[in-house]
This record gives sequence, structure tokens and C-alpha cells, in this order.
Amino acid sequence: MNNNNNTIVDLPDQATARIPQPNFISKENGLMSWLLTGDHKRIAILYLISITFFFFIGGALAGLIRLELLTPQADLMATDTYNKVFTMHGIIMIFLFLVPSVPATLGNFLIPMMIGAKDLALPKVNLLSWYLYMAGGILALYAMMTGGVDTGWTFTTPLSTHYVNTNVITTGFAIFVAGFSSIFTGLNFIVTIHKMRAPGMTWFRLPLFVWAHYAASILMVLGTPVLAIAIVLVMLERAFGIGVFDPAKGGDPLLFQHLFWFYSHPAVYIMILPGMGVISEVISTFSRKRVFGYTAVAFSSVAIAVFGFFVWAHHMFIMGISNYAVLVFSLLTMLVAVPSAIKIFNWAFTLYKGSITFETPMLYAFGFMGLFTIGGMTGVFLGASGTDIHLTETYFIVAHFHFVMVGGMLMAFLAGIHFWWPKITGRMYPEKISQLAAVVTFIGFNLTFFPQFILGVLGMPRRYASYPPEFQVLNVFSTAGATILGVGYLLPVLYLIWSLKYGAIAGNNPWQATGLEWQTQSPPLTENFTVMPVMDHEAYDYEWLESQKTKEVASAG
Amino acid sequence: MSEQTKHAEHEHHIVGPMVYVAILLALLVGTALTVWASFLELGPWNPIIALAIATAKATLVVLFFMHVKYSTKLTKLTVVAGIFTFLILVSMTLADYISRAWGSW
Amino acid sequence: MPDNSAIVHDAQESASAANNANGANSAHLEHPSYLRHHFNSTEQQADTSNFAMWLFLLTEVMFFGGLFTAYLIYRNWYYPAFVAGSHQLNVIWGTLNTVVLIASSFTMAMGVWCAETRRRKGLVLSLTLTFILGLCFLGIKTIEYREKFEKHHVPGAHYSLQSFVDPTSDPDIFKEYHDKPLPLDMARHTEIYFSLYFAMTGMHALHMIIGIGILGFMIYRARAGAYTSGHVTFVENFGLYWHFVDIVWIYLFALLYLISRHQ
Repeated sequence: MNNNNNTIVDLPDQATARIPQPNFISKENGLMSWLLTGDHKRIAILYLISITFFFFIGGALAGLIRLELLTPQADLMATDTYNKVFTMHGIIMIFLFLVPSVPATLGNFLIPMMIGAKDLALPKVNLLSWYLYMAGGILALYAMMTGGVDTGWTFTTPLSTHYVNTNVITTGFAIFVAGFSSIFTGLNFIVTIHKMRAPGMTWFRLPLFVWAHYAASILMVLGTPVLAIAIVLVMLERAFGIGVFDPAKGGDPLLFQHLFWFYSHPAVYIMILPGMGVISEVISTFSRKRVFGYTAVAFSSVAIAVFGFFVWAHHMFIMGISNYAVLVFSLLTMLVAVPSAIKIFNWAFTLYKGSITFETPMLYAFGFMGLFTIGGMTGVFLGASGTDIHLTETYFIVAHFHFVMVGGMLMAFLAGIHFWWPKITGRMYPEKISQLAAVVTFIGFNLTFFPQFILGVLGMPRRYASYPPEFQVLNVFSTAGATILGVGYLLPVLYLIWSLKYGAIAGNNPWQATGLEWQTQSPPLTENFTVMPVMDHEAYDYEWLESQKTKEVASAG
Repeated sequence: MSEQTKHAEHEHHIVGPMVYVAILLALLVGTALTVWASFLELGPWNPIIALAIATAKATLVVLFFMHVKYSTKLTKLTVVAGIFTFLILVSMTLADYISRAWGSW
Repeated sequence: MPDNSAIVHDAQESASAANNANGANSAHLEHPSYLRHHFNSTEQQADTSNFAMWLFLLTEVMFFGGLFTAYLIYRNWYYPAFVAGSHQLNVIWGTLNTVVLIASSFTMAMGVWCAETRRRKGLVLSLTLTFILGLCFLGIKTIEYREKFEKHHVPGAHYSLQSFVDPTSDPDIFKEYHDKPLPLDMARHTEIYFSLYFAMTGMHALHMIIGIGILGFMIYRARAGAYTSGHVTFVENFGLYWHFVDIVWIYLFALLYLISRHQ
């Protein structure tokens, strides 16, 4: 029943609607049926719970950082402790939250459904991925609680190998293990997308969400092993003094940075590409229009993945690489911005003359488009080596990556969670409070991180517990914003859990969206489809959707 | 489902023992060759020859022992993608190290 | 609006069909027991697992790739140290190991052929030979490592520069290569050579050990005929892994052992 023109939500009659039985949640009961599952949807939920847990630990650490920075002196905690706090904040947020966020939750849940398959290609490997993630996460927490690490999430040598007394090896090993989780997830996605598509599901009929995950998966598979070997070498250097990063024995500390950033730059694309996939789906649905320039968006996802491998040394401009390397990497960095910009243009043209409504996923998507654009543009200042020399290692960098990662990626993640919540749980979240939370998040985010751009340009360095007193006012604004942001992130946890019991029954397709996942029951069956779907229409085909409704098709899938 | 059955050709093509014996002999010859070459004084050519022979041996293993010659385009593309990414890592990192010696412009 | 009760009804029907998967339900298609239910055909399953193994090998290429990158950089920087270090490796053991591994790749490939042509005894023999050759490789490696340990060429607290600042103190090597003494700082860089030697051959040996372990399991299953009744993917995919490990060694041999052996 379409109540008014301000929303596209179309729910079944709540008086008679029931959660369909059986579904993948009710099919089997008991802890073991979840811990030993091969069902990609259950694994997605296991991941969702675990990454939320780690997110709040990382968030608490962020709170501690902002509390310390309320005053210019290092008065809340010792400087060594502060070093540990920002290091663990980075490690947890990047490796235990952002990298798995969309792929391991939404990607796992949706990719088989979007391509018309019953599961991922390698269900046992999928479960192994989750266990590796948990092992890495628990080990990281153990390292944190037994002394922590204070090298920064970047483990720069020779600090990490020769000068600190903290749990570098344990944390390094934790990331090593978690890295394999990521590798196996990416491997699973690539194989699935190549080999398990339903009849008629050609590459160019795939939802752009799938293309985005395909590109991110290539990065996971090819990039993460290099991080693994970099960590192994750090561990060997620390434990045995092998000399590869030790200048006294002829080693070059910069070699670590080459190996580390060879992964860690593609890592930022691993983090953002799946979010961009979510945005494509959300913007299309809430503009009732196919994504403008489908092919361009699909190819730009792959282009981001490919070019992303050529630019890593822009993280090392001031570290001692040769001037010629600086020049080459700076030029290449300008190139890699282009495909991202293409996507923003395409989304904007999707909105143009679309029939736009402002449900919560769309609010987050708008937030993404604005904040990611700002973050991306400031990346250009950093890619230009001349300006980078002044801005690097200042709060400008901190602001830049928080704009793209939090203003961009985290908003995209929340957009996706809200968009597919009815599909995963069968229930709608409460719209008004969720819209409020989105707005609160947006305001809190800008108040937290925009002052940091100014602080960076003014010269405040990053990773310091104390700072010159003239920077205090902007830091106070930033901390105030962080408080608001915290509220904005807490609200979804509360109302989403509330909705599990009290949310409206969603039905198959509350958003009237295209995509195979919306043509099945909510929550879906364990095997997703009773009959293998045959794809006979293009992606984002809203005319096809209209014809489906008039046909009164009753069966699921 | 018909799309997937078309790509089963590598299973239907069974590589026979004679091919394997031939490759084995080629690899052994290559090994002898590369050891012999390392005892010669060839200046900068020593490492180039050693790597060239190693690459030739590796190519034989990939094409015949690992059946890539008889595999799908996807498999061949996958192998190339791996080699390409490895070469990017090596060459762009080495480029930094080599160009450090060139000084400041 | 779709009728929810119809959805529920259909779902229950399909659920009961799925539950009777291995039973006598006539609606259920005949298929080999090893076909997993999320696949449509054995070809799709075999194709998929083959592709998955290739992607895994790509990750291995990049993993070893980092070590090769480090090696190439330091060999470029410290060539004399690398030459001196390389002379400490016995080229006979190295060549023998290379021959052993190439032979094991041959026997592994023959194993795949036996599985494909359903020769159970041939498969068991091939896998057993591969297993033995793998153990030979590790045995020779142990001999080499032990020698390094005895001569204090293992990087770390007990590393000794003696053989490099004074080559005459090492008569066996000196008689072959007549190395000149290295200046002290270049001699120190030999420790990086050995670090990379141990890291690369050690990582390689670790992969060999894992491979040999899986081979043991495979021999046990092959004897029961598990791989000679049409389901060859495990053997094929393991073969890919084994050949990859061989290729890594081909490059390690060329780079670590054969730097420059001319007098």
C-alpha cells in the first residue's frame, strides 16, 4: 500500500502479514547450526555481529583520543598510552571493521542472491574466513590488553623493529591471520561471480554492487599477500635481527614501507569499492531510475582496482624515495582519481530527473556523495607532491582519510544495512528515528572532521598527544562533534535490535527495487531460490518490475 | 548451466605421459645448462641468462605440467594477471631504488 | 500483492525436497555423491575448484613476490656480499635438489594422468614417488641448513663474519673460489643474504612440508580408489600447488645458488 508520494515503501497489510516460514534463520536452531554453517547468509550475520563488536571498541578508542585532545597538554594519559590508543584505533577500525564491513556482511549475504546462485562457490572456505577473522580479532584484542602496540597502524620500521617494547609481533600476527580471512573472502567472490551466475545473467546484467565487489576482491587477492610478507619480515627482524630493515646491517627501512603500502593503498580501495556498490543500488532505487552510464560505472570499478596498484608510494613522498619515484607516483595518483570521479558524475546523473525520495538509505547515500567528494578532492592535494610535503603527517591527512572512510565508507555501510535490513530480517527499521540518526551522524561528522582540515593546514601534526595551545578551539569543536557522532552511531544499534521484534513486516520487496534478491521472500530461504532464476532483463529495469507486478506472480524466485 | 559445461575442455583433454617425459627431459637439460652457465664469466649476462633459463623452465611447467596450454582463456588470463601484478611490485619498487642514485634531478 | 501463503506453501515443498536429497525421492535428480548441492553439475564444480586453486596460487605468487623484491634490491646493492654468501652454498646439493623437485613434478603430473585414466595403482605409485622425492628434498635441505648452523651463518645473535673477512679460514670454499676478503661493512651485508636465503628457502620448505602432509593423506585416499572413479579435482588441484612450489624453487636455485660461480 503506497501511502503517499514521499516514500516508495510498499509494505504488506500488517494485520495479516507474517514472517515467511521456513527461512534461513528459522530453518535450523542451536548454536552449532550457526557456528558450523555453510550458509552464506548465516555467515554474513556472524560477521555483522562481530564487526559491530569491534567497531564499538575502535569507537571507544576514538573517544579516548578526542578526550585527550580537548586540552593542549598530554594530561589525560601518558604519551606512550596515547600512542597505543591511536594505534589500536587504526588497526581495529581498518583491519577489523572497514576491510570486512560491506564485503563480509552485505557481500556475503547478497552476491549469491544477486547472481541467482544458491550459495557462494566455496561455503566451507567462507566459514573459515569468519573463523580466521575472529582469531585475528581476538588475538589483536589480547595484544591490546597485554600492553598494546604504539607504532601507529602503519608499523613503520625501524621504530617497530628496533625501538619499541610493545606487542608488535602479536599484533602483527593477528593482522596476518585476519588478512587471510580477507584473501579467502575475495577469492570466494571472484570464483562465485565467474562461475555461478544463473542462466541469462551476463556480466553486463549484473548489479553494480557485484561489479564493485569483484573489483575489490581482485585487490584482496593480489594485494593482501604482500602485507602478509611485510608483517612476516617485521616479525623476523624483531625476533631474530635478520637485518632486512636494519641500517646497521645494510638493510633499508624503506623496503618495509614499499611492501606495506603496496597492500595498504589498494586496501583503501578494498574498503571503498564495496561501499560504492551499495551507493549504486541505493541511488538507483530511490530515484526509480537505472544507474546512468552502467558500463562506465562497471569499468571504473575495475579501473580503480587496476590503477590502485600503481600509486602506493604517494604515502612515502617524504620518506626518502627518489625524486623520480615521487614524480612518477604523483602523476599516477592523479590518474587514479578519475574513475572515482566518473562514478560520482554517474550517480549525480542518475539523480537528475529521477523520482527522488528521502528514506534513510538515501539520506546516507547523499551524505556519502557530498563527504566522499570532499574527501576525494582533498586527496588530490595530497597526491600533488608539492603540497603533500606540507600537509603530510598533519591533521589534514587525518581529516582526508576520515572523510573518505567515515563520511564515505561508513555512511555507505549504514546505507546498505538499512537498505537490505528488511531482506535480511524480514522486518522494517523505524523510519523516523533512523532518519534522525542519519542527520545526527552527518552533523556530528562534519563538526568532528572539518576543523581537522584547518588544523592540518595550520600545521598541527598527527599522532601527538599534546599540541600548541592556539589549536585548542578547533580541537574542542572536533571533540564536540565526536560526541554527537557517537550518538548517531549508537542509535542504529538500538533501533535495529528493537526492529527485530517490533519492526513492521517487510514482505518481499518493500522498496520496489529491481534485483533478484528482492524477488524472493524476506528473510530468504536457505537455498535462496526454489527454482533457478533465469535472467531475461537488464539490471535496474524498472519497466520489468512494473510488468512483474501486473502479472501477479505468486511464487518466490 | 550450459555456459559452465562449455568450459570443461581442459578436463576432456588429457595430457599423455609422452608429453610429460619430454618436458621432464627439457627441464633437466635446462638445469644442466644453467649450472654450466653459472661457471662461465659472462659479466652482466650471467644473471640475465640464469633468469631466462629459469623462466623458460617455469613456462614449461606452467604450460604442460599445470595444463595451462589446454586450459580456458580465464585460466590463462589469471596466470597473466598474477605475473603482471608481481612485475609491477618488483619493477616499480626497484625503480625507486635504482633512481635514488641519480640524485636530485 | 503476492499471496504470502502461496510463498510459504512453495517454500515448504522445496524444503522437503531438499531434505530428501539423498533419499529415494523420485523428484531428486541422480548425481554423484561428491556433487555439492549449490552446484548444477560436476563440470561446474570441477571448473570452479580449479579456478579457486589458481586464484590461491596467485596469492602465493604475491606472497613470495615480496621476498623476491627484497632479494633483488639487496643483491643490486650488495653484490659482492651476495656472491660471497652464494659461494657458501653447495652447488651440488642445490642442483640435486632441483633435479629431485623436477622429478617430483613429473611424478605428480603422471599421478594426475593416472587419476584421469582411472589407473588406481599407477596413481598410488605416482603419489608415493612424489612423496618420497619431497622427503628427499627436505632431507637435503636439512643437511644444508645444518651446515649453515655449524658455520655460524644463521642470521641473528650468533652470526659470524669470519668466513667473509678472512676467506682463508674456510679452506673448502676458498679452494674452490679463491674469494678476496670483503671489507667489514660489505661483510656485514652477507647477513642480509643469509636472512633472505633462510626466509625464502624456509618459506618454500614450509610449503613443501604442507604439500607432503597433504600427499600422505592423498595416498591413503587414493588406495581406497577415491580419485580414480571420475572425481579427479583434488589430485589435479593439488598438482597445481605442487608444480607451483617447484617453480618457486626453480627461481630460488637460479637466484641464490648460481649468482656467480666462476673463478
